[in-house]
Amino acid sequence: MSEEKVENKEVWTPRIIAYVCNWCTYGGADLAGTSRKTYDASVRVIKLPCTGRIDPLFLLKAFERGADSILVSGCHPGDCHYNTGNYHSRRRWTAFRDLLEFSGIDMRRIHFSWISAAEAVKWVDVVNDVSEKTKELGPYTEFQRINEKIKEYDGIFAEQG
Amino acid sequence: MSRVGVFVCHCGTNISATVDVAKVAEEMKNQPGVVYTEDYKFMCSSPGQGKLKEIIDEHKLDSVVIAACSPHMHEKTFRNAAEAAGLNSFKVEMANIREQCSWVHPDKAEGTVKSLDLTKKMIEKVRLNEELDKIVMPVTKKALVIGGGIAGIQAALDIAAAGTEVIIVEKDVTLGGHMIQLSETFPTLDCSQCIMTPKMVEASLNPNITIYTYAEVEALDGYVGNFRARIRRKAKSVVEEDCTGCGICQEKCPKKVDNPFEMGHGKSKAIAVPFPQAVPNVPVIDRDSCIYYKTGKCRICEKVCGPKCIDFDQQDEIVNVDIGAIVVATGYDTMPLDRFGEYGYGKYKDVIDGLTFERMASAAGFTEGEMKRPSDGKTPETVVFIQCVGSRDESKGVSYCSKICCMYSAKQTMLYKHKVHHGKAHVFYMDIRAGGKNYEEFVRRAIEEDDANYIRGRVSRVYEKGDKLIVKGADTLSGRPVTIEADMVVLATAMTARKGADKLAQTLGISYDRYNFFSESHPKLRPVETNTAGIFLAGACQAPKDVPETVAQASAAASKVLGLLSQETLKREPITAEVNEANCIACFDCLNICPYGAITSKGITDRDGNIIKEVAEVNPGVCQGCGLCNAACRSKTIELRGFKDNQIYAEINSLAV
Repeated sequence: MSEEKVENKEVWTPRIIAYVCNWCTYGGADLAGTSRKTYDASVRVIKLPCTGRIDPLFLLKAFERGADSILVSGCHPGDCHYNTGNYHSRRRWTAFRDLLEFSGIDMRRIHFSWISAAEAVKWVDVVNDVSEKTKELGPYTEFQRINEKIKEYDGIFAEQG
Repeated sequence: MSRVGVFVCHCGTNISATVDVAKVAEEMKNQPGVVYTEDYKFMCSSPGQGKLKEIIDEHKLDSVVIAACSPHMHEKTFRNAAEAAGLNSFKVEMANIREQCSWVHPDKAEGTVKSLDLTKKMIEKVRLNEELDKIVMPVTKKALVIGGGIAGIQAALDIAAAGTEVIIVEKDVTLGGHMIQLSETFPTLDCSQCIMTPKMVEASLNPNITIYTYAEVEALDGYVGNFRARIRRKAKSVVEEDCTGCGICQEKCPKKVDNPFEMGHGKSKAIAVPFPQAVPNVPVIDRDSCIYYKTGKCRICEKVCGPKCIDFDQQDEIVNVDIGAIVVATGYDTMPLDRFGEYGYGKYKDVIDGLTFERMASAAGFTEGEMKRPSDGKTPETVVFIQCVGSRDESKGVSYCSKICCMYSAKQTMLYKHKVHHGKAHVFYMDIRAGGKNYEEFVRRAIEEDDANYIRGRVSRVYEKGDKLIVKGADTLSGRPVTIEADMVVLATAMTARKGADKLAQTLGISYDRYNFFSESHPKLRPVETNTAGIFLAGACQAPKDVPETVAQASAAASKVLGLLSQETLKREPITAEVNEANCIACFDCLNICPYGAITSKGITDRDGNIIKEVAEVNPGVCQGCGLCNAACRSKTIELRGFKDNQIYAEINSLAV
């Protein structure tokens, strides 16, 4: 959050980055707007054509840049605009979650969901839920420590050539 | 250095009430690359768009961010406006500060902070946006209709009426599909043959329509506007062009076979047309039954044929056709009844399915329209109709409602009553679903005028006793068991997708649901389109449908086809993948992941023409821009225009604390 926010309320608010697909979840979030549903303001949406476009590195990058939680949401299985994109996304998630966990990522900070363009209420619930859970966990300072460790090792490797 | 202009919209008070728009405009001035910012009451209004054009020109902007509503709402508007001012339309991005901020975050401070973030994010992205040109593709002005039932015929007639050439490919030996099998149709009781035959003939006489019967689409290449289909015309053993349809071969053929058109009840010959009004009226030799193909002797048909058009050595013919659009109208099958042992189908001859009843009731059918039960030819005095056989039955059948059975069962009770005046029809039903123009009235007519006895409940068992069929069931309204001594039982079988529909879907590259019905692009707003551009759906291949709905959808599909083919060239969004050939390591993960088959391997040759390297190549006409290949590419070689890695990372970085 910007500094001003912290000054105003003097509380930490989580920073959540949501990677959503253009066809289902982005539409669901739009519908939440047109239906004037209110929800937690800590989420920032990055729109992609499909969740299948998501490179696992996007997640790491977001953490590196200070995200406290990440939400990935796309079309329900079977509803993908590109037929199979969300299946690839799901498979990638299944394949990478162990690796991410092994790498020391706090898996409680990555959320995966299917939200259709009709599910404004679900979008609101999921965002509020992710925000609530992130507030319980507090800021993701551990990742910054991982970051430092990586830099340290990079240095050692550089020395060894 | 880029020259970004940022326009923050008030949207009346829709945004400005909960977002400090002036502050957003003011703060964006400090963003790198931004040379102009402004907040304005209504950006999408005509003066707003005028202002946009003016400022682009005046400040020589090379990119624009509009912080306003959802891009789903007005992205096109602003892109067009920018284009009119000479800016490439893909240098315009929208920050969604209405649907994602002002309408959902009532706290003005929070909403403003988020709006700042979102606008900043799009500024960072737009600075990396490339100028893209719309992709222009030629269009082959010819259509293909797969299936020659009522859906396919209607679509073909409508397309042909606009002067566009159309090819119908029909798997069977004649046009007509299921509709030509029906006796009379609800809710008007007009004879199906009387309304169907003229349409079949009209299609066959239309100079814009080419009909391939006894043929199937084997392969499809290409993309919207530019498909190529490979059609296999199976050997009919009869030279179609020479045949006069005199029918003498069929008359003289010594080999009798079951007639599938009569649901196995009537007899046909090894060389035959399924019914006299077949279009084209050309018989086909069933090589599995023909004596000559089995024993090498007979050839009677050849001897009696006047124009000498029997050709025993005829081979399958492969025809390649170039077309611009496709209508899939392959219709339905009915569910196999072997899994419903309790109703005794297959065990008792007098337990028949709905289509068999249609043939029995048809004046041209195997009983010539007389009600004669199959076992002994007696007139059935009591007939029980059982609805929802397989439909709405998760455990043994399908969970969906087949939609037409309530209506056709009501119709069949009426047809029966009109033929057997002293007879009694009983109907076991779950609910009566008679939604449709004059449908409810029709069912009431069956009950009130034609004395059909409707029993709400299920049948548990059907068994034979003497020459009667004992139907045991429950009346769930009175809560009592019911036993009916019937002479004939008619099962309203569930409509299912055509056998092999999944294979056809894979051949065409369209999606299908778990029941193998083809999937429409959007259940409400794009019910005729598939997710593959240029391929449209008509009739029961998409979901169970009755005749009026099928005809309506077929005409809708035809209008979609004509809309497409009326264009000289097609323009589409250039959000497609591109390959950096220097980096490609030829792992072809992208080729495997692509849902559209848009990626192929291409050889890079040296100046002597030797292939020195293989790389991936994207066909921009086929690519739909999902970006799966981009995420799968291990060497970061293939990238999706408009959503390249550096653009996404710019968005992520902009959100840094």
